[in-house]
Amino acid sequence: MQTLSLEYTAGAPAAQRALAGVVGSGDLEVLLEPGVSGQTTVAIATSVDGVDEIWKAVIDRIFTEEGLAAYKVEINDFGATPAVVRLRIAQAMEQTTGDAAHD
Amino acid sequence: MTDVADLLERQSIVELPARARCQALLDSAGQRELLGPFERLRSPWLPKQDIVTQADDGVVIMRGTLGGQAVVMAAVEPAFQGGSMGEVGGAKIAGALACALADAENGTPVVPILLLETGGVRLQEANCGLAAIAEIHDLIVALRAYVPVIGVVTGPVGCFGGMSIAAGLCSELIVTREARLGLNGPQVIEQEAGVDEFDSRDRPMIWSLLGGEQRVTTGLAEHRVADDIAALRRLLGERVKADVQTPARLAATERFENLLAAIDPAAKATGESTREQFAATGATS
Repeated sequence: MQTLSLEYTAGAPAAQRALAGVVGSGDLEVLLEPGVSGQTTVAIATSVDGVDEIWKAVIDRIFTEEGLAAYKVEINDFGATPAVVRLRIAQAMEQTTGDAAHD
Repeated sequence: MTDVADLLERQSIVELPARARCQALLDSAGQRELLGPFERLRSPWLPKQDIVTQADDGVVIMRGTLGGQAVVMAAVEPAFQGGSMGEVGGAKIAGALACALADAENGTPVVPILLLETGGVRLQEANCGLAAIAEIHDLIVALRAYVPVIGVVTGPVGCFGGMSIAAGLCSELIVTREARLGLNGPQVIEQEAGVDEFDSRDRPMIWSLLGGEQRVTTGLAEHRVADDIAALRRLLGERVKADVQTPARLAATERFENLLAAIDPAAKATGESTREQFAATGATS
């Protein structure tokens, strides 16, 4: 198991919290909560060691986008591929805006 | 022939994660998750063993109604650590059942429904998980005097180990054809007794002995249901309002003792031979 912490500049705190995914094989759990104004923090625990650069690249691409709300993000990963990581985070973010609720 | 239109319209239970199962089965209004993922009651033991935790420890507890009847649903997440019961997840179920028992004693019955998709105790948590499972057993027996305690096994994991005893203690057990129910799982039996005794890769053989169909035929489960949310919801809606009864399989101790005495352990069991033995000793309800 390996843990990583990342930080990004962001806007106002997100409107609500949301959860997507489970800690199952090839999947991950994303917990999104409103962050402190202006800052998004991402805490990752992953079962796969030695892939910090890939994680940083994937998470950077999502949270360096302009105009995002501030989130406190927790990720519990069980070997998800970058595509699954992106999809699960997008799924959770969609729920925080209240547009839709999926599982 | 399979009715294709029916198959396409069906919403599978097996394919849903634990939380979505609860949300789909309970009445949509008034659902309330207890000790949800944001409480972060996670396993204290897994990180010490370098294993990633899940924020709800793989157990979802949800209060609500089903067809208007107050229920508390506990669902084990099959994808997280093989649906294993750790100290925290087990305590969540035991706590929910303890609350239901207090409600029943106070004259405001809440029917417990357990969605058991579990390989049994989480080996990394050993005795702490087993202690929680023992509490669950104790509470199911206590609750049975007041309300029907309904167990559901749908698959894909099935229900094994100490939690198969919990399933066996329920007033009513509902299974799908995809479900499996047994004290030891196929790989454990193969590892302990050898591949000649039990080939854990022989899927038709496994389901013929441990599968939902066989368990209903031999009276170890009461109801068979399709892998279909609407069908399970209908059946649960009916059963939560049923009178409290001791099921035949829990009253038939002597018949099961006769059955055990009649079985020759040297003879290779098949689905058919087992059904015949159950029928011959009258152990089938």
